Amino acid sequence: MTRLIYELTESFRIAFAQIRANKLRSILTALGVIIGIVAVTLMGTAIRGIDTGFNKSLAMLGDDVLYVQKWPWGPVEDFWNYSNRPAIMPDQADKLNRIIEQTPNSLLEVAVPVSSRSTSVKYGENKVSGVFTIGTTADYGRLISADFSEGRLFNETEANGGRPVCVLGFDVAEAVFQSRSPLGATVLVGSHPFTVIGVVAKQGSFLGLFSFDNQVILPLEAFRKYFSVRRGAELRVKITDKTRVVDAREELIGAVRRVRGQLPGERDNFNINEQGAFKAQLDPIKQGIALVGLFITGLSLFVGAIGIMNITFVSVKERTKEIGTRKALGARRRTILLQFLIEAVSICLIGGIAGLALTYALVQVVSVTLPAIPVEFSVGLVFISMAVSIVTGIVSGFAPAWGASRLDPVVALRYE
Amino acid sequence: MTPSLAPELAGRITRPAGPLVIDIAGVTKLYQMGEETIHALRGVSVKIHRNEYLAVMGPSGSGKSTLMNMLGCLDTPSEGRYEFTSKNVATMVDDELADIRNREIGFVFQTFNLLPRSTALANVELPLIYAGYSPAERKTKAIQAMQNVGLGDRLHHRPNELSGGQRQRVAIARALVNSPSIILADEPTGNLDSKTGVEIMALFEQLYAQGNTLIVVTHEEDIARHARRIVRLRDGLIESDGPVG
Repeated sequence: MTRLIYELTESFRIAFAQIRANKLRSILTALGVIIGIVAVTLMGTAIRGIDTGFNKSLAMLGDDVLYVQKWPWGPVEDFWNYSNRPAIMPDQADKLNRIIEQTPNSLLEVAVPVSSRSTSVKYGENKVSGVFTIGTTADYGRLISADFSEGRLFNETEANGGRPVCVLGFDVAEAVFQSRSPLGATVLVGSHPFTVIGVVAKQGSFLGLFSFDNQVILPLEAFRKYFSVRRGAELRVKITDKTRVVDAREELIGAVRRVRGQLPGERDNFNINEQGAFKAQLDPIKQGIALVGLFITGLSLFVGAIGIMNITFVSVKERTKEIGTRKALGARRRTILLQFLIEAVSICLIGGIAGLALTYALVQVVSVTLPAIPVEFSVGLVFISMAVSIVTGIVSGFAPAWGASRLDPVVALRYE
Repeated sequence: MTPSLAPELAGRITRPAGPLVIDIAGVTKLYQMGEETIHALRGVSVKIHRNEYLAVMGPSGSGKSTLMNMLGCLDTPSEGRYEFTSKNVATMVDDELADIRNREIGFVFQTFNLLPRSTALANVELPLIYAGYSPAERKTKAIQAMQNVGLGDRLHHRPNELSGGQRQRVAIARALVNSPSIILADEPTGNLDSKTGVEIMALFEQLYAQGNTLIVVTHEEDIARHARRIVRLRDGLIESDGPVG
């Protein structure tokens, strides 16, 4: 055992002496590994970034909110079947809330109706089109996690009275008011005047597709006064315990069936959507992206590994006589094998560390200059890339090192 | 005038032979060269005892190198018996042979075979690493061996900073450092000028006097005459085996 440690120490010493003696060659070889490691780790950071973005987006939906809607999230095959379902009307939220109140130990906390459509918001000369406009009740505040950068949400009195007040999304407020405070100002939502009473803090976009900041929130009564609600609404239901989503969902299905007057045996004419189900749909896509990305970047690492293998073969060839001498002096096969493996691994590790440093720098640059591109550096990445470097070194160095360890000492000593 | 490599025979001591170290009996070695089978050794028997100073001679193609590889446990016989200190070498595998070489045999090569990027001391320490000595023990032993060959002041020189004779001395120190049963030198003066050759042979004489067992493989009669016994090979057979007289 101690002998092995001495041999290892000696091998590391020789490996670094060799690398020092062949600086240019070692650097060029390591370059292949550096590029490979940079590619793989950058892909790793991107995948992580996408993942984080995903989870952040999903968190916007709320992990304790169930969505009662006509349509399921994700693709459907029998379009008409869903289309023909009776609309979900905002008043069904009130009925649902009464059921929730009457149910002892209900897992449901509150149901909030949300109607939506796209309109424009205008103030003076400034106009934003395609704003996601929703009408809801004062309970909406219990659903969302976002803070208000200014002002507040409308209260129950304002909501029930259908008062012409509104809360702007961050981007809308910025676009229409620039740096001025919008509080107290009157904007035109569609063609109807509303007084701004609050601005929601910046939330970001959902999977880069849909911005939560490009919205305006109106009291439901005001919304239905000016905009049609015939297309129906959705009910967002907050649950009391997010660890019991499945039970809550069961309870909700029963309650909604009662509200919608469904007969026993009849199939549900609504869908309960939730973040988890959405995640389950998106995960395979995400994994596919990750797999393809890692495969492509893995190819560049593979090329780097071939470089290492090549240089180790050269190194073995050059030092055939030295191998013969070492064997004559009592080096076992293991000793020679380890010596060349360690040399290959050392070059890979140097490449790996340099590559990692480069990745770190690139990630910093990208996150400053292009914040839209999700990249994220992590400690795990350090360990993984070091492990990848070591494995690359072992895999690519093994064949030449094995060959060296099996050399016949007589032949090796005669080699010139 | 170039000094002669031939030794002064008068008045030199011959140590009494000790116990048997090498016992080779009826050894043959075949090489397959394409279609042709080459009989490098055709049945060689030789016994070597501790405290002997032996020269192996023969022209090229005589099987001299093959016998040397055999004696050095770098190779195993095709047929026949080979016992090294009563251990059967003929059937040993690579790593067992490596251990025998490490502990029992000190090699001195014609081309010195020092590691170019290591210091003299590190070169001498090398067999001790494979023997499993601690760094401190290695250093002590290696310094001692270096002093024994008269290079106590050249410990941290690299081979390219040393003369040919000094390099061969480092190689001899490396051969001695693990206190082997035999020292096997292959044309030790082949790459040296004759003056340096004389010095190296004088060092061998000193090592012999100190109780080491020496085997020198050479094709030079003058070198061989330094030994106390000469084994002559021709066509894979022992032609003669007797004391120098």
